[in-house]
Amino acid sequence: MISIDMFAVTSIAILVTMTLALVRAMFGPTVFDRVLALNTFGTKTVLLICVVDFMTGRDDFLDLALLYSLMNFIGMVALLRFAEYGSFSDEGVSP
Amino acid sequence: MSSLIDFPILALLAITAVTIARMRDLWAAIMFTGIYSFLSASWMLILDAPDVAFTEAAVGAGIATVLMLSTLALTGKKDRQLAHAPIMPFFLVLITGCVLVYGTLDMPHFGDPNAPIQLHPNPSFVEKSQHDMHGLPNVVTAVLASYRGYDTLGETTVVLTAGIAVMIILRKEKDDGDQEASTETIS
Repeated sequence: MISIDMFAVTSIAILVTMTLALVRAMFGPTVFDRVLALNTFGTKTVLLICVVDFMTGRDDFLDLALLYSLMNFIGMVALLRFAEYGSFSDEGVSP
Repeated sequence: MSSLIDFPILALLAITAVTIARMRDLWAAIMFTGIYSFLSASWMLILDAPDVAFTEAAVGAGIATVLMLSTLALTGKKDRQLAHAPIMPFFLVLITGCVLVYGTLDMPHFGDPNAPIQLHPNPSFVEKSQHDMHGLPNVVTAVLASYRGYDTLGETTVVLTAGIAVMIILRKEKDDGDQEASTETIS
């Protein structure tokens, strides 16, 4: 019983962190504040999935958490390439 | 215990949606759609639908973000300021939402043991699949690859076609450095 309570406390802590990251992404003045906030948010989503899986006692969703972190990385690379070049290639059409 | 996670995630989803609707910086709005996809995917996962969550994460957070960013590269980064508050579309969306909620009233409750999904896939699948499939032990594999084989083949073809289309859209015109750019943005 005590372990379940600890999982609940951990997930609440992660949810609070997610909320803080969301607030930073909303108010972030620069692009990189927002990128960092989004990256933090994705990482916390992965952690939340892991904690919830162990809380409900079925740890077969861990590969999904792995997929989420991969998707987070790819999305981050795409966003940063766009922020750097204004397109996905160096000589692309600039907006 | 599940509602402890459910309600905060739903609240975060609502906050994100309102933020997307109010945001005029399109680049940041695309970022927030990524957050929205991650949130809704993890919510689906908590509702015990990992296959839907898988698709949502791959399509919503991955491909859709890349596609919208490449659209943004061809158009502008900023949305124009509206002169007046758009009341009419708001009511339209509100009415549509109410109709959708009304439509869910007929559906069985979550986890209802008498729901058709719990009753319909009758035990004969489990009993017969090993004989039908000549000893294949996994029932899910038997259903996906044999009973629904044509369906799965069609789905795989659709996904492959979508991937090829995205690669064609995102490839660079010049030949040098073509390879690694397209694989980086797509995979």
